[in-house]
Amino acid sequence: MNLMNRNIVQKGVFVLLRMAAGINAIALLIVVFFMLKNGLTAISWEFLTQPPIDSMTKGGILPCIVGTLCLSLGAICIAFPIGVSSAIYLNEYAKPGKIIRLIRLGINNLAGVPSVVFGLFGLAFFVTWLDLKVSILSGALTLGAMSLPVIIGSTEEALRAVPDTYREASLGLGATKWQTIYKVVLPTALPGILTGGILGISRAAGETAPIMFTAAVYYTPDLPSSIFDEIMALPYHIYVLATAGTEIETTRHLQYGTALVLISLVLGMNLFAIIYRSRLRKRMHQ
Amino acid sequence: METKIKIASKNLIFYYGNFKALKEISLDFIQNQVTALIGPSGCGKSTYLRCFNRMNDLIPISRVEGDILLENQNIYAPNVDVVSLRSRIGMVFQKPNPFPKSIFENVAYGMRVNGIKGKSVISQKVEESLKKAALWEEVKDRLNETALGLSGGQQQRLCIARALAVEPEVLLMDEPASALDPIATQKIEELIHVLKESYTIIIVTHNMQQAARVSDVTAFFYMGNLVEVEETDTLFTRPKKKQTEEYITGRFG
Amino acid sequence: MISIPRSQKEKWIQRIFFGIAFSSIFILLLITIFLFMEGLPIFNKISVTDFIFGEYWYPTDDEPDFGIYALILGSLAVTFLSALISIPLGVMTAVYLAEISTQKIREIVKPVVELLAALPSVVIGFFGMVVVAPFLQETFNIATGLNIFNAAIMLAFMSIPTICSISEDAIYSVPQNLKEASLALGATHLETILRIIIPASISGIATAVILGMSRAIGETMVVLMVAGGAGMVPQSIFDPARPLPASIAAEMAEAPFRGDHYHALFATGIVLFLFTLVFNIIADFIANKYRQVGDSTL
Repeated sequence: MNLMNRNIVQKGVFVLLRMAAGINAIALLIVVFFMLKNGLTAISWEFLTQPPIDSMTKGGILPCIVGTLCLSLGAICIAFPIGVSSAIYLNEYAKPGKIIRLIRLGINNLAGVPSVVFGLFGLAFFVTWLDLKVSILSGALTLGAMSLPVIIGSTEEALRAVPDTYREASLGLGATKWQTIYKVVLPTALPGILTGGILGISRAAGETAPIMFTAAVYYTPDLPSSIFDEIMALPYHIYVLATAGTEIETTRHLQYGTALVLISLVLGMNLFAIIYRSRLRKRMHQ
Repeated sequence: METKIKIASKNLIFYYGNFKALKEISLDFIQNQVTALIGPSGCGKSTYLRCFNRMNDLIPISRVEGDILLENQNIYAPNVDVVSLRSRIGMVFQKPNPFPKSIFENVAYGMRVNGIKGKSVISQKVEESLKKAALWEEVKDRLNETALGLSGGQQQRLCIARALAVEPEVLLMDEPASALDPIATQKIEELIHVLKESYTIIIVTHNMQQAARVSDVTAFFYMGNLVEVEETDTLFTRPKKKQTEEYITGRFG
Repeated sequence: MISIPRSQKEKWIQRIFFGIAFSSIFILLLITIFLFMEGLPIFNKISVTDFIFGEYWYPTDDEPDFGIYALILGSLAVTFLSALISIPLGVMTAVYLAEISTQKIREIVKPVVELLAALPSVVIGFFGMVVVAPFLQETFNIATGLNIFNAAIMLAFMSIPTICSISEDAIYSVPQNLKEASLALGATHLETILRIIIPASISGIATAVILGMSRAIGETMVVLMVAGGAGMVPQSIFDPARPLPASIAAEMAEAPFRGDHYHALFATGIVLFLFTLVFNIIADFIANKYRQVGDSTL
């Protein structure tokens, strides 16, 4: 192939590559667009602050919002200490070897477990065996287990970004390893760790399968008063309205509205985390 | 002796962002001669070298002013195809960088991307290039083994063979022996003596003794400026500029 | 007050962290134990071979059939089809990000891909149901838009971010000097990408693809809402199907507690769990065997 052909082929292929990248953006925009277009009309102050009425064909989604917040915050309360501690061990204490490989294998495999399997696990262990019943607690514990790899991953990244010179300086002044970690490394890595926490919350908020058998119900008349109560949740609400019951078509606008609320929550948190994280990275590299 | 100018820079300026890394360098390189570029770390000699095959184009914030003329044609002219330029001006890098492929495929790479097909054509060229790089005897029985199994010195000679297989006219060498042990270094230097009969060679080195051994002409760079350029013997025995003398006698650098 | 010497305290702190770090493995073990605990009982009623290869899944009949073969095929069909879409798009986007895009564009496109990954699966399933399905129905003149094809498209968009980000890390960590060597020999940028960069990062790309597939096969809400729900062996890409996760999620609510159906669903969960476990172990093996400079993060 002569030079001109090679350059033409390159130009063509690069156009294809650009298109591939563009398709991602288009996909995201299309989904958001449709949710906005059809869901915006359902959003109102009433929608956000009132419970559903008339067997869910009217009213609002307040219990779902409350439920989702309880579940995702609960999940992070559980996953955060365990995940951050795991990451501290892996990044600050661990020496390369078989044990570390095993732990990492465990984390990677946990990350790959399907969400519905987490749901089954939650059902069998938390709901049945520990007899916590279908409740916020069961759901939060299940979601917490699921969020563990996310927290560990982002915390490790934040810890890795702390320059070794900080650690060396601290140790050189006679501090112990643990003192170095909690006085120097953790404060420096904290913004990155918190960003990871936010990402964990947003992931937990969007999950349906883990809470289907462990926490969420189709309808409960009151807001939860304890962690042993069942609750409604945004993702489950969308699923149920869209697939079950007799009013699928008439509640379509409510489904869109709920979806819009959910993605606003989730994408909003993600966008915040992404922007904040890139600012952190830039600051670190200066 | 013919003194045809093969390649030259005219008032070459190089910007790295806002930083002026090279200041109006004008320098001629005579065909079939070895010119050494010396100077302290950070003086711009590698940057200068990489202008000649436009490797600096890879740096987004870089900017070039002035010309580089390959046989009187400006390689920075707008219609110049960089890809074909690089098959006329070859480069050997400081750290040997063979591809994770077989020895044969490393040398054949340049031919394959240029569309040359035909087993026998390629095999012949591979053998020829490896002989020119004084590596053939050592690898002729293991051409299909991975190049990464060779020693550092062998890898560097492989990179030279690989560059030669493309049949360049000019060979740019960026501290080619600095990562090698003394014996391997000596082999490379002997090679350069032989190669200059067929190629015009520009070599960057921080080792002054090497420059003295290997080159016909030496250019001394300091802080982005071309301070002095002279026949090698003259530069090292009777330098004209004070800075050159101070560098050569080791007062800084 | 008894004061513990500093070094003793330090040792204990390290031990505690070590113990906590095992939590992931511990949870994985718990999952395995409890899945098996609730799933094994079904194999008193039906043999493993009949369970896996039985073509009929009629759990609520008087004489129930618990064959998940059709479900497995549904999962494989959907995953394979989505791979045809997600692997090219994912790898191409990764190459674009790592090699072609300028820094400014990269700072926009990378977050876009991350946001795509952040979309909750139920929303993507919902979108597939209400927007894509009618569209497919109209365009291809078929009975229903809830089928393998729809599911494959939606799953592809869930796998692409995984494939893209791990591939991109791998491509990005190919040493710059290999790239320069190629260019210096007169190769074009594209030739350098195809001949040098991608082969050098192929193990990272393979890891990315396997993890993307693992995600697709385990994805629940999308297939539940969009794949159609028929527990039959699919014949064409426009047939509905019932991948393993969909079955579990759809029927668990109605299965009597610790009845046969209940145990069968857990057994289905075991099969699914083992599938993804195998995928992940293979991916881990490849990633470790051909370690590139720079780790890829999940």
